[in-house]
Amino acid sequence: MARTPILTGYFTMVRKDFVRIIRIWSQTLLPPAVTTGLYFAIFGTFIGSQVAAVKGFSYIQFIVPGIIMMSVITSAYMNTVSTFYFAKWQRTIDELLVSPMPSWTVIAGFVTGGLMRAGLTAIVVVLVALFFTHLTFFSMGILLGAVFLTALLMSLLGLINAIFAKSFDAISIVPTFVLTPLTYLGGVFYSVDQLPEFFRTISMANPILYMVNAFRYGFLGVSDVPMSIAFAVMGGLTAVAFGVTLFLFRNGAGLKN
Amino acid sequence: MTDSIAAIKVEGLRKVYAKDGKKAGTEALKGVSLSIPKGEFFGLLGPNGAGKSTLIGILSGLVTKSEGMAEIAGLSIDAYPDQAKAHIGLVPQEFNFNIFEKVIDIVLDQAGYYGMPRKEALLRAEVVLKDLGLWEKKDAKAQALSGGMKRRLMIARALVHEPEILLLDEPTAGVDVELRRGMWDFLRKLNESGTTIVLTTHYLEEAELLCSRIAIINGGEIIEQGSVKELLTKLNFVTLIMDTAETITPAQVALMRDLAVKIVDDTTLELTLKPGETVNDSIRLMTKIGIQIANIRNSGSRLEEVFVNLIDKDKK
Ligand SMILES: Nc1ncnc2c1ncn2[C@@H]1O[C@H](COP(=O)(O)OP(=O)(O)O)[C@@H](O)[C@H]1O
Ligand SMILES: [Mg+2]
Repeated sequence: MARTPILTGYFTMVRKDFVRIIRIWSQTLLPPAVTTGLYFAIFGTFIGSQVAAVKGFSYIQFIVPGIIMMSVITSAYMNTVSTFYFAKWQRTIDELLVSPMPSWTVIAGFVTGGLMRAGLTAIVVVLVALFFTHLTFFSMGILLGAVFLTALLMSLLGLINAIFAKSFDAISIVPTFVLTPLTYLGGVFYSVDQLPEFFRTISMANPILYMVNAFRYGFLGVSDVPMSIAFAVMGGLTAVAFGVTLFLFRNGAGLKN
Repeated sequence: MTDSIAAIKVEGLRKVYAKDGKKAGTEALKGVSLSIPKGEFFGLLGPNGAGKSTLIGILSGLVTKSEGMAEIAGLSIDAYPDQAKAHIGLVPQEFNFNIFEKVIDIVLDQAGYYGMPRKEALLRAEVVLKDLGLWEKKDAKAQALSGGMKRRLMIARALVHEPEILLLDEPTAGVDVELRRGMWDFLRKLNESGTTIVLTTHYLEEAELLCSRIAIINGGEIIEQGSVKELLTKLNFVTLIMDTAETITPAQVALMRDLAVKIVDDTTLELTLKPGETVNDSIRLMTKIGIQIANIRNSGSRLEEVFVNLIDKDKK
């Protein structure tokens, strides 16, 4: 039998994850809608009305892109880290490892799950945002490019986390103690231009700052960092993350004995 | 031409498991060589911990080998891992499907991973699920199945893409006798229809009944290998236990040196007959030297004994 299971295998994985994301929508799509609704209400409407405009935009308009990005980051990361770790824990990952699908196809299948979940979450959050403010679009290309690269990078990082994870605790440590703080400090709620010199310099080492700013630029046309650097950071990190994932997969790290 | 290519060929296969925390590294395979022709029903017989699952794991891509070579249908698992895997269906020792999924989805997804288009997969899934008596359960979640059904689900899953080679790792462990017979019939038919089957087991009966060739593995080494007939003639010596009416004297022992006799205690002898030897000859000699046999009983076949010894040794 000389089948090449690349496309069929890939679509099988993607279909399966899509059905799962939709079936458990109350765990996948509802939480970000509720959380971001609260952010928009509290920071945007209640507090935001007392806060001065940032870079010429009302506070709610300024924070909306960052809050959408926050959900994208979390949902992409959580999707791959949880589906992959669960598959590893139940040993269903063996179904994929014994199959003739090449490693990169399996990675693509998991990552696409992360992209789908991030994309659906972004749509839900944008709809929620529309209850609180109106959205302007400055550059659709930059906006979509930023959200795609971010979701891709986070899906890959979630996968790497799951490959190394040996317990369910290990898959929540990184999101809680690394991802969330970096996101909060990544210029979601403020422009780094408002920070003292020292903290502004430190902030530049935070990759999430570039994601949030590129995304915000797509909406508002303002950014703390040049777009060329933002995309170089996102693209570079994504390429490295893909290389690492592929290497780990081929060597069966954490998967094979 | 193509028929001369073995379904499975391994040479000098070694596996040393890495140290895992407190667990020391184990040498699970110590240089195993095997060649399994296409169409064969091959039995890998050995006690727990012999290295059976390790060998199956290496062939199916779940375990990385430390040394040696392995080929599936002439394809090296190093050079063509993905192509080699396409020829195999695996029934692992432990359940490894998602218990929250429906039976039909487990089988359909597997077909997809092997590149079978959905339409074709739906037809094949129906065939294999019906063959294994699971069609009525197709919409049940896997966790709702009984142990025997879960085993059969793994067989259905392994067969959905019509593999040429089926690897079964202890498929009947924990399956009750009646179901085991059903499974045996099914596997025999599958083999007759052309599928090469490699089955690991620690049941001698199972290997004897199903397999055309057997390798006995123990402690990571193949200790015997051949057709079932060969192994039986080679190893199936009859052993008789004899109780004597009186105590055996050292003089009598010396006189029996030409017989394959073991003195168990001073009134018990163990006599092993090679193929072709008769009981009469031995008894005649014993009578001549004054040994009165009070009772004779059969201790079973040597193959069984060899095997039981292995298992006993392993349990310690
Ligand atoms: N993941 C592992 N890590 C370390 N040692 C292992 C691992 N898997 C199996 N072993 C050891 O390798 C040997 C062979 O095991 P295995 O291949 O499972 O035997 P069998 O399937 O014949 O019962 C055993 O001593 C076992 O303890
Ligand atoms: Mg085993």
